[in-house]
Amino acid sequence: MKPAPFVHHSPRTLDEAVAMLGDVGHDGKVLAGGQSLIPVLNMRLAQPAHLVDINRVAGLDTVTVSDDVVRVGATVRHASLEKNTEAYAVLPLLRQALRNVAHPAIRNRGTTVGSIAHADAAGEMPSIAVLTGAVIEVVGPAGRREVAAADFFEGPLMTVLEADELVEAVRFGRFAEGTRTAFLESARRHGDYALAGVGVAVDVEGQGGDAVVRGARAAYVSVTDVPVVVDLTEAVAGQPFSSAWDGVEDLVQAGIAPEADIHASSEYRRALAAELTRRALTTALSEVAS
Amino acid sequence: MTTRQFGSPVLRKEDPRLVTGNGRYLDDLGHDAWEAAFVRSPHAHARITDIDVDGAVEVEGVIAVYTHEDLDGPAGDRLPLLIPHPSIEAGRTGYALAKDEVNHVGEAIVMVVARDRYIAEDAAQRIVVSYDHLPPVVGIEKSRDGAELVHDDAPGNVAAHLLQEVGNVEAAMAKAPRTLTLDLEIERSACMPMEGKGVLAQWDSDEQRMRIHSSTQTSTGVRAAVAAKLQLPLAQVECIAPDVGGGFGVKIMHPWPEEVLVPWAARRLNHDVKWTEDRREHFTSSAHERGQLQQVTVGFDDDGRLLALDVKFWHDNGAYLPYGVIVPIITATQLLGPYKPQNYRVEFWSLYTNTVLVTPYRGAGRPQGCFAMERTMDAIAAELGIDRTEVRSRNFIQPEEMPYDQGLLFQDGRPLKYDSGDFPASLAKLKALVGWDDFTVYKEEAEAQGRKVGLGIGCYVEGTGVGPYEGGHVHVETSGRVNVATGLTTQGQGHQTILAQIVADELGVSIDDVHVTTGDTRRMPYAVGTFASRGAVMSGNAVALAARAVRAKALRIAADALEVAEEDLQIEDGTISVKGAPHASIALSTVAVMSNPLRYAFDESAKAATQFAGAFDPDKPPVADDDEPGLEGKDFYSPTQATFANGMHAAIVETDPITAEIKILRYCVIHDCGTVVNPMIVEGQVHGGVAQGVGGALYERMEYDETGQLLNASFMDFLIPYASEVPHIETDHLETPSPLNPLGVKGAGEAGTIPVSAVIASAIEDAEGFPIRSMPISPNELWDLRRHQAANPRSTNPRSSTTQESA
Amino acid sequence: MSTSSEVTVDVTLRVNGVEHTRTVEPRRLLSDFLRHDLRLTGTHVGCEHGVCGACTVLVDGDPMRSCLMFAVSAQEHEITTTEGLGTQDAMGPVQQAFVECHGLQCGFCTPGFVTTITAFIEENPDPTIDEAREAISGNLCRCTGYQNICKAVLRAAEIKREGTEGAMAAEPGEPV
Repeated sequence: MKPAPFVHHSPRTLDEAVAMLGDVGHDGKVLAGGQSLIPVLNMRLAQPAHLVDINRVAGLDTVTVSDDVVRVGATVRHASLEKNTEAYAVLPLLRQALRNVAHPAIRNRGTTVGSIAHADAAGEMPSIAVLTGAVIEVVGPAGRREVAAADFFEGPLMTVLEADELVEAVRFGRFAEGTRTAFLESARRHGDYALAGVGVAVDVEGQGGDAVVRGARAAYVSVTDVPVVVDLTEAVAGQPFSSAWDGVEDLVQAGIAPEADIHASSEYRRALAAELTRRALTTALSEVAS
Repeated sequence: MTTRQFGSPVLRKEDPRLVTGNGRYLDDLGHDAWEAAFVRSPHAHARITDIDVDGAVEVEGVIAVYTHEDLDGPAGDRLPLLIPHPSIEAGRTGYALAKDEVNHVGEAIVMVVARDRYIAEDAAQRIVVSYDHLPPVVGIEKSRDGAELVHDDAPGNVAAHLLQEVGNVEAAMAKAPRTLTLDLEIERSACMPMEGKGVLAQWDSDEQRMRIHSSTQTSTGVRAAVAAKLQLPLAQVECIAPDVGGGFGVKIMHPWPEEVLVPWAARRLNHDVKWTEDRREHFTSSAHERGQLQQVTVGFDDDGRLLALDVKFWHDNGAYLPYGVIVPIITATQLLGPYKPQNYRVEFWSLYTNTVLVTPYRGAGRPQGCFAMERTMDAIAAELGIDRTEVRSRNFIQPEEMPYDQGLLFQDGRPLKYDSGDFPASLAKLKALVGWDDFTVYKEEAEAQGRKVGLGIGCYVEGTGVGPYEGGHVHVETSGRVNVATGLTTQGQGHQTILAQIVADELGVSIDDVHVTTGDTRRMPYAVGTFASRGAVMSGNAVALAARAVRAKALRIAADALEVAEEDLQIEDGTISVKGAPHASIALSTVAVMSNPLRYAFDESAKAATQFAGAFDPDKPPVADDDEPGLEGKDFYSPTQATFANGMHAAIVETDPITAEIKILRYCVIHDCGTVVNPMIVEGQVHGGVAQGVGGALYERMEYDETGQLLNASFMDFLIPYASEVPHIETDHLETPSPLNPLGVKGAGEAGTIPVSAVIASAIEDAEGFPIRSMPISPNELWDLRRHQAANPRSTNPRSSTTQESA
Repeated sequence: MSTSSEVTVDVTLRVNGVEHTRTVEPRRLLSDFLRHDLRLTGTHVGCEHGVCGACTVLVDGDPMRSCLMFAVSAQEHEITTTEGLGTQDAMGPVQQAFVECHGLQCGFCTPGFVTTITAFIEENPDPTIDEAREAISGNLCRCTGYQNICKAVLRAAEIKREGTEGAMAAEPGEPV
């Protein structure tokens, strides 16, 4: 299992990267962490003639926290974002989800932005992008454009990204004060692609014993073609923290469309997604989102 | 005083080398060799109509491209059927490179040799093979119905059919107060060693000699196969198993096509050639095991005592039958476990399918047999409302009944006669370890909290250390270094340590001075191989016997030199001394010098020996007629039959009431492998075996679609458990020495794996309250079973059933 | 900026503190570069799709799969393999612990565990058994059932702590 030959391009600046991609993008791929791409190359399931390796491009490896967003550059490793205390403080959902991305050795190399650009329906971070209302910063020969996460994904492994474009950064939106989050998934083995996964953001009003649930939204892994946000508010508003959340079932079922594969049927994934949603709501409310 | 090594948890001699990256596995050798890659069939069943290699030949760096047409002489003949058996009705084997037809996805068709593997794959990709498709036969049911054939000349897809009967099952069944019938299923899994196969061949054209390194479990077998296929004198072929990164059975099969082709190409090209199997190849071009459908009918009395056992099973042997029917024969015989059914009939059909071939995987048919027997025991217990351990107890062979002849022929063609074992004692230990009698309370408490927990049990007997023989060679150098060689190969069992322990004790030397070589035909040309948990039994006893011969010779020489009787001598720490008079002594290294009349004073030992150079008798030759120069000894151990180890496992599982996720909370093992050479290593074997068993019970299965494509041919989708999926394993031991061999040892390698599917099924059944008849089981499948059960509360499950009849 | 339209490129890597340059194709996997170009065969290849972890090496101290990196991309980083973590006569703490705890059988997966655990106990010098199990859950072993590897993680941390404490105790002028 060895990759087919390719021409390796190693730009040092974003402009160079864009220029190179403009030349070869039609028959090339962007290489960032490579943790999804290189297995595919090794198995020769893809044989791009060119790889534009952006790992040495200056300025892409930063995480910036501002008032309303966490901006993650294209070469920020999952592990680096996971361990970023500033990002965790304002958007704990990132770490909650990232801990479920494969294994540490993969997270040490793989990039969060890369996993979003890769758009695998079983990827955790595309769902987080959608749930946080992220903005995808795209750059190409025609210049920069910004795409809302909700509009970015077109299907499994398909996005609005043109062949000569790359994602420079993703701006994850911060939630309103008082929002509590959780991420849960169920995989056959620890670290595998999930059979189903869910991230939830629960709006809570008030403090301590007076706190009430005002609304909730969820985004899913492995049970939708493209990441979508399911609004659970109608079923959760006014519920106590100790709710069994039985009312969310119908909303979840209406919002997802899981496909069967060798690991699980569509029906099982449906049931799993609904149960994970209930548990994630409880988890979110049992943890104080700093 | 030399500390006794035998029985001690001696740290492994091989480890410092392996942990620091100084192991030498197959692909660590031959950096300058040309490398091979293969074009393999993408179809399960097809006729090859054309092979166009033009595109490959053009690739820069390609050395040669070979198809079946190029294979001259026996290399182009069908590969051998290694182990013939009278039950084989249609024994079909493939070719090293496919000739005219392919019978499974992954079958090798074209071999490319290139400067490196990257280029070889570039070239392989450019080869165009044209096919006429044939109907694929996938799955036991499809094979059994026989409408489509894998091999035109194997009617009904039956490779082999065997019926064995002890007593009169029909009569006993008719009279039995109660009977039950169970339909059972167990799916395919595979050994999946972390290192795939690999072969390096080095042809010395000056000496006309072939040196083969192979990641194999039998270097003698590979050597002989290559000599025959390449028409070379055996003396001109040597085969070495270097460090081998796990085997678990798949590497005992031989010769693999590549083991013929790589040496064949090396000689033809007069250049070193290497092939390192990649993971995808290992999935589709090596071997799998386990797949069986079973039907058990059992007759028993109101106390749960077995009166008659009637078993039929259908075994998926894949596309070819090079390893014969070893696996189903083991299932048929070892199914009986520690029980005496009184009347037993077993009939199996070994069936062809258009899938990769089936050869032994750790346990080798025993896990399936154990599954059948133990599901039956649980079904009897459920039927009668008797504790599951009580039903088992009532059917145990008792210690005083040993040796116990089950009246069947085992895999080695010899009687299935248990030599020893104390099953009631093992069960008592297991019940104490897991807290069997307290579980009801635990379960009630858990249920009160909304949790579902279950306790399961499984018992097995394992024939280990099958013959025909293994040899040991022990040589004491004049430096005092002790070289030990045995021919079987090592894949992590710690042979370099346990064999050194045995020899150190027998010879009275420090274990640090003992150096063990395995699997090198230059050192021990007669050997069988590593399988059937036979390493410690066969080579352990062989090196012990060889060391005893060396000891006898050393004592004879020393007695002569010290002018005392041999029985007055002892050997400790490499020094022979007179008992009670330690100052009268002679070093073993000195004796080694004295054993050879040619004494150039190359080293200190030789100089030291001069003091003993007394007068000689001019009428006698320097080497006596009945003697040989040198302090060395060789012997072979060849047992009359296998020795039978046994064990009992119990597990507590928890199933999620909603998602049906399955978690093993506790896993307990009682294991009796006779006298233990190294408890640390035995424990490690048990842990590893259980982990593979857990894989087979809950995670691993080969997912073929109806066209014969293996859908999960990667580690992403074939789910080998990580540490997160394997429970902590609690162990306790019983040592019932084998009366059959000098050391009293029994095999331990496969033990951990055998009962796990049975145990987990038993525990899930206990948690859920409905029968589990098919393994492995995933959360999704358990969830489906629950729904089916809720909809049809009186039935068992959709895929298989229990029929209950009361006479 | 560099574009190699050449078939081969010069790759310079620092491995176990030593700089090496070899001319290879850009597609050369880091695992193959280490094993076959530098002949550091302690790093093993078990699947070439990133799942088994046998090829795990440390890149600037962090465990990564060398089968999922091109050698050309690994330039400018410090690579450590199991050969760089000790020798047979002077084993590193993790290697020593594997020997003491019978943490290996065939030894093929071991180098990937050794590198992974080395980084882990650097980050978590006193792990619990559950943390140890979690830390090794990205590496496959087919022989040991992992139990003794978990034990080896704790033992390695202990050896490392003793070593550090020992060194500290030897510091002159420190209050005892």
